[in-house]
Amino acid sequence: MKILTLWSLFSTYLLASSLNIENHAAQFFSSGHTNNWAVLVCTSRFWFNYRHVANTLSVYRSVKRLGIPDSHIVLMLADDMACNHRNPKPATVFSHKNMELNVYGDDVEVDYRGYEVTVENFLRVLTGRLPPSTPRSKRLLSDDRSNILIYLTGHGGNGFLKFQDSEEISNVELADAFEQMWQKRRYNELLFIIDTCQGASMYERFYSPNLMALASSQVGEDSLSHQPDLAIGVHLMDRYTFYLLEFLEDIHPASKTNMNDLFKVCPKSQCVSTPGHRTDLFLRDPGSVLITDFFGSVRKVEITMETINLTDPIEQVEQSPVNGELQKERNSYVDQLPVSEIIHQKPKQRDWHPPDGFILGLWTLILLVFFKTLAFQETAVGSKPPYRVQ
Amino acid sequence: MTGSQEIRAPDLSLLTIQQDSQYDFLFYLNFICSQSASLIKIFLCSGMPVDWLVKTMQARGLEVFTQTFSRTLPFPDENKERYMVKGTNVYGILRAPRAPRTEALVLSAPCTQGDHNNQAVGLLLGLAQYFRNQIYWAKDIIFLINEHDLIGMQAWLEGYHHTNTTGMDWSPLQGRGGSIQAALSLELSSDVITSMDLVLEGLNGQLPNLDLANLFYAFCQKIGVLCTIQGKLQRNDWDSVSGYSHSVQTMMLMVMKQASGRPWGDHGLFLRYHIEAATIKGINSFRQYKTDTNTIGRLLEGMYRKLNNLLERLHQSYFFYLMPSLSHFVSIGYYMPAFGLLAVILLLRALDLWVQLASPPPGTEDGVVDTEQMWSPDVLSVLTPLVISHLTGVALYYLPIHFQKMALEHFPVSDTEAVVLTAIAVYTAGLALPHNTHRFVSGEGTEHGWRVLKLVAVLYLAVLLGCTALINFSLGFILALTLVPVAAFVTPHVPKVPSAFVLVILSPACTLLFSVFFFQELQEVPISFQDGWVLYLSVISQGILDHSLYGSLVYPLIALLVYPCWLLFWNILFWE
Repeated sequence: MKILTLWSLFSTYLLASSLNIENHAAQFFSSGHTNNWAVLVCTSRFWFNYRHVANTLSVYRSVKRLGIPDSHIVLMLADDMACNHRNPKPATVFSHKNMELNVYGDDVEVDYRGYEVTVENFLRVLTGRLPPSTPRSKRLLSDDRSNILIYLTGHGGNGFLKFQDSEEISNVELADAFEQMWQKRRYNELLFIIDTCQGASMYERFYSPNLMALASSQVGEDSLSHQPDLAIGVHLMDRYTFYLLEFLEDIHPASKTNMNDLFKVCPKSQCVSTPGHRTDLFLRDPGSVLITDFFGSVRKVEITMETINLTDPIEQVEQSPVNGELQKERNSYVDQLPVSEIIHQKPKQRDWHPPDGFILGLWTLILLVFFKTLAFQETAVGSKPPYRVQ
Repeated sequence: MTGSQEIRAPDLSLLTIQQDSQYDFLFYLNFICSQSASLIKIFLCSGMPVDWLVKTMQARGLEVFTQTFSRTLPFPDENKERYMVKGTNVYGILRAPRAPRTEALVLSAPCTQGDHNNQAVGLLLGLAQYFRNQIYWAKDIIFLINEHDLIGMQAWLEGYHHTNTTGMDWSPLQGRGGSIQAALSLELSSDVITSMDLVLEGLNGQLPNLDLANLFYAFCQKIGVLCTIQGKLQRNDWDSVSGYSHSVQTMMLMVMKQASGRPWGDHGLFLRYHIEAATIKGINSFRQYKTDTNTIGRLLEGMYRKLNNLLERLHQSYFFYLMPSLSHFVSIGYYMPAFGLLAVILLLRALDLWVQLASPPPGTEDGVVDTEQMWSPDVLSVLTPLVISHLTGVALYYLPIHFQKMALEHFPVSDTEAVVLTAIAVYTAGLALPHNTHRFVSGEGTEHGWRVLKLVAVLYLAVLLGCTALINFSLGFILALTLVPVAAFVTPHVPKVPSAFVLVILSPACTLLFSVFFFQELQEVPISFQDGWVLYLSVISQGILDHSLYGSLVYPLIALLVYPCWLLFWNILFWE
């Protein structure tokens, strides 16, 4: 009897777990991305822009530590700070004062260096339009299952980012580049972080889906640098990236921190500027997006002793809404360039508008002429006396 | 280590003092300075110890070179007691460890006989040793010790830049750095100081970029060293009358120094080559809080670190300014309108004369004949006084130097006095001209003639003052202040004796005499009339020497252009 109950329990357990495994498998294959890429760009040169290189290298360090390999990182540094003649500690780039943390390290791999960091090269990397002779390390070989992290830092303004003190990239160009990437299915989801003055202006014009953006300051605000080191003689990091680095140092490949925590990095009390973010183009809820979805390369591994039947179509797991509210309506793409207005085509009007001014004026003129002639005829007719006096 | 070393100012991004290696630096400095200073004291009695300097610099790892130069002055210089000058410059180049040799910085200390600058050379050698051990230099640093201060510096700069504008004889430089970005000249006579004085005025009134002065002042404040300009400490009470007059005095001192056109430190000669340079003088006055050589060394090390971090020449701030204090400046946009208003007086007077000339004179009945008579002697009547005045100016320029031998034969005076007194004699002889040149002037006595001459003279003066103010504002302004009123009001009809007196009082020579007394007053060292007169004569001789030695333009400007212009007005006064 006991054995029977035990055996029945065991069998029900197996059945339940097998059902669970099927569920797990469904969930396993329904996740969004399969690989991670990172494009990290520092756009300014000269010794006093040491902090921009340190910014980029600290994000590089975190990204590498969390698992993204060098073959999947495109690192663009516009100037060489580690071997600059003015560096009192050659071959190092520090992010904390008193030389606590050397973010240059021993195994940094810079893909685009010095004068190769230009707007053209950056856009070619993003869109994939590179000459056939470009080596693999300089290409962004992402596919439609890649999550890409793009980090830009340097000097910027309202709607532009300065490259190398001689050219600029505007927010419209950047948005168009991302749209090209979307149309070529070069990304699954994209996280865009920018640490410049008035950084929020750079993500204002995005219109492609699955983009999430963070910036260190709003339009009209300057991003400030963190602290100088008295021995090196320059400011080492910008505030936003400094606190971002501190935040990322606590992340490990298995951590479950999500994007909402990232949005809280560097509040105004620490950053002096107000960091901003944009999630309206992103289809998932930011609370369900893990940091490691973008900053790390986490391979999902599940170990099971069960056999799983994959011939059945995978059911999409209905994700219950977080707050229990109704499902939102479908997102529609923001119409960035209203082409119809540009080429003077009237869009289909849903509600009736009174006729155009010109047409109105033309009709009025015609009516006037008509009635004037009528009046004239009448007066002409009326001049002749209708009867003769006898 | 003496004195507190806390840093009070907010962090500057260019601040580069390395706190942990301070001890090494101080140790070096203490050792080296004490040794060097004492050794130099022994040697300096007999000229510059060239071999010892070469050996010491080589021991510190610099590339050492020397340059010999010689120059015979046109007449002996009584201030510095030299006539036939022969000397050697010694300079050592600290090569930047990792950088290409395209840019350089210069630290110089003039080595003069006696105790005048003995500490500076020791400090320079100590700094050379410290700098040699650092790896963050992106520019070569040239440590220059020049003999016979300005003459040696002129020889070195000419040799470095391959120019020869003053006819000096120098040996070519064997070693060279890149293009010089900035230079500092050091004058230190005591091993403890109370304040550091910043000297900015250079040759022909040229000034370094204001950023250099701001850099020095900000860093002095950070280190905690007192900093002065024109030898005066700045005060905090700007609103009170005494505070305001203090800053006006400081500014007037700068105006006087700039107007003299001479370089007030060795840095003054660098400015001509577009190298930003300043002289730092250590002043030891009767204060309780003294700063020792270690702090001065830290100050200079910090300055050089800042200049090292520069990526381009200093050009962002003003090149034309006046400083009432170290934290305030008056830019050209503020002071030029004042000069413009003075020049407008001359232009209005010229316009008035033009209108008078163009309209027919009252009281003539037969206009036709008179007009013919009016317009014909135009050119002749103006040309003669012009030519004669300029010939007098040329005489004032050439005669003093070239005829000093003749003067020496006839008068019992020294060489310098002969030159100066000849200059004054020619100047005074010019006053007698109007009475003698009337024979040659055909348009004499006409109302028309002097008007034309005055029109030409007024326009000439306006252009001259305008050009002078552009180059050396202080000189232009002082000349404008004294010459414009008389130029505007002088006619043959004003009372002769008083106006002649006023014209002479406001002539360039008397302006110079008054400026000498005024300058002494501003420096709070008032002098008696005899001493003032002797000082005046030495100022004239210095002006002539500066012109022949360094190319200062004040003496030729006054002699060849301003004095003839003034003579034209003198002619107008005595027109009939």
